[in-house]
Amino acid sequence: MAHLDTADALARARAYPHAVLSYVGADGYPVNVAVGFTASVDRATVDLDALGPDLRPVPGQDVELTFSHIRPQPGIGYDERRYVNVWGTVSTQAAGAGHGVQVSVDRASGWDEQDTPFFEYAERGVTAARQYLDDLGARPRMGPWWTFFLATRLPFLTATLIPVGLGGVIAARDGAFHGLWFVLALVAAVAVHLGLNMANDLFDDASGADAANVTPTPFSGGSRVLQYGLVTRRAMLGGCVALYAVAIGIGIALAAERGWGLLAIGAVGLVLSLAYSAPPLRLVHRGLGEPVTALGFGPVMALGTYFACAGRASWQPVLASLPVALLIALVLYVNQVPDRAGDAAAGKRTLIVRWTPAQVQAGYTAGVVAAFACIAAEAAAGVTPLWTLLALAASPLAVRVRRGLRAHYAQPYALMPAMQANIGLHLLTGLLLVAGYTIAVVS
Amino acid sequence: MNSGGPDDDERVNPDSGEAAAEFRGGDRAACTVRRVTDLEPLLPAPVRALLDVALVGELTVVDDAGRPITYPLIPLSDGNLVYMTSSVLFSRKLRHIKANPKVCVSLTDPVAVPVEPFHRATIQGDARVVEDELHEGWERLLPLWRAKEPAIDFFLKRRFGIPLFFERSVIEITPHRVLWWEDGRTSDPARVYELAGVS
Repeated sequence: MAHLDTADALARARAYPHAVLSYVGADGYPVNVAVGFTASVDRATVDLDALGPDLRPVPGQDVELTFSHIRPQPGIGYDERRYVNVWGTVSTQAAGAGHGVQVSVDRASGWDEQDTPFFEYAERGVTAARQYLDDLGARPRMGPWWTFFLATRLPFLTATLIPVGLGGVIAARDGAFHGLWFVLALVAAVAVHLGLNMANDLFDDASGADAANVTPTPFSGGSRVLQYGLVTRRAMLGGCVALYAVAIGIGIALAAERGWGLLAIGAVGLVLSLAYSAPPLRLVHRGLGEPVTALGFGPVMALGTYFACAGRASWQPVLASLPVALLIALVLYVNQVPDRAGDAAAGKRTLIVRWTPAQVQAGYTAGVVAAFACIAAEAAAGVTPLWTLLALAASPLAVRVRRGLRAHYAQPYALMPAMQANIGLHLLTGLLLVAGYTIAVVS
Repeated sequence: MNSGGPDDDERVNPDSGEAAAEFRGGDRAACTVRRVTDLEPLLPAPVRALLDVALVGELTVVDDAGRPITYPLIPLSDGNLVYMTSSVLFSRKLRHIKANPKVCVSLTDPVAVPVEPFHRATIQGDARVVEDELHEGWERLLPLWRAKEPAIDFFLKRRFGIPLFFERSVIEITPHRVLWWEDGRTSDPARVYELAGVS
């Protein structure tokens, strides 16, 4: 329950049909009982209707009044949860049956899920929960699979699969695809992506950005495994280092086999992945998260995969990955919208923190237009196969994202469908680009 | 099984009932004492009927300063004890109960307690916080919870998304006294059940 101004609380209380009066009885047990009431905001008092004579608190006694509401939803449970608590003392008590008492209110609290959605309300309790668990000597539990799933933010791997897939299919078009090298490149790319997700959580935990975020969603606000105590920082660091070690090991082996130019591409990817959130650069704090993400999850991964397969570099994967680079940057961009308050509090000055909502929405439109214009222009110029124009079919998803951004910019949970559609936009566009190349290869 | 309704209660002389005399707010003329046997649920039948359907009850605990503090929660019952569960996310009430186990649960809202005709009840008792197994110990109450809030299964299947919400303590309340208003009018004297024989 959150603190409420007493006038606000009493104004809210007027909407409830009855109060629950609570006080501590002579035997030390609390007593609570329903009672009608009349609240006065100006006087900060509540006049209670008649109660059974033996149920009346005495003048000067500390009492609480609770006003509670739900709406039953058969087959589901209930919704519209809200309640108000006010505390005060009994200021008068009229004599004789049929007369009530007056309570002078001095403090109040409450919760209304329409003001504070349940998930935000729960998130605000995390610090107290961690303290409670610490006092018990307990830790929250989660199975190893789900812990891995959350800590690595596994579903975001689509960001890696698309550019790696593009690199592979372009190599195939050039007659240079090699299954083993492709798989090794894929594993290395996956490892560095999962490792950077864990690194990002570690740095956001250290900066306080994730802790300051009380409106995380499945698409934003980090994995929360550190904030919830599901994973220790030590274990997170260990997992992060292990994943980077896998990526570096495979990268060196591939470079030794396919050409040392691959090492340079891998080194760029590695530096970008760490510089994104690690001090001293912390590029995301400087509003450079989007270009870093675009570069890493676009040209770097596509070119690296191509190089691993073909044993040489080419402009084709770099150019072909530009649209998905823009779209993955827009995934980060939109997913930072719910994080902006926490990010701002932690000094993480993303573009979303720096820009007004109108500028952010305009920026999204510009990014999407650029991505699809790039697809069309590259196909028209013969840089990419005409079949890649198939990817334009994904563009209507951008309209849904744009509408969601406009309608729910300030409502993190209502924005979730737009964030999901935006991830779908990147995935579908990428898959259609890969499909376009595949058709070009086989036809 | 004995229905355990109010007519089955052993009526006693209220003037000789020490527990009744202690209750400043009770209507001693209507005081009854129930005795627990293996066959008879502790709580009177009408109170059990309220608890069976109540979506929300008001749990009042006593804070460190000796003041009441009330939490709307789903009340569950097996007919003898009243159960509520609390996530560690909302643990303040648990700390209060551990410091002072005297609690009270009221069933007051005609919307949240959908019975016809409407009654009201207040149950006083001693609470115990059961948290040996926060992760799944509370799940023994899931059938009772599910009956009132079927959507809980939807969220439980996705507990990885709100893991701390499902680290839960059980508040187990042994009732000692029930105040009962047949027609819900609390301006009338309450019928008082002193529940004896609880160890």
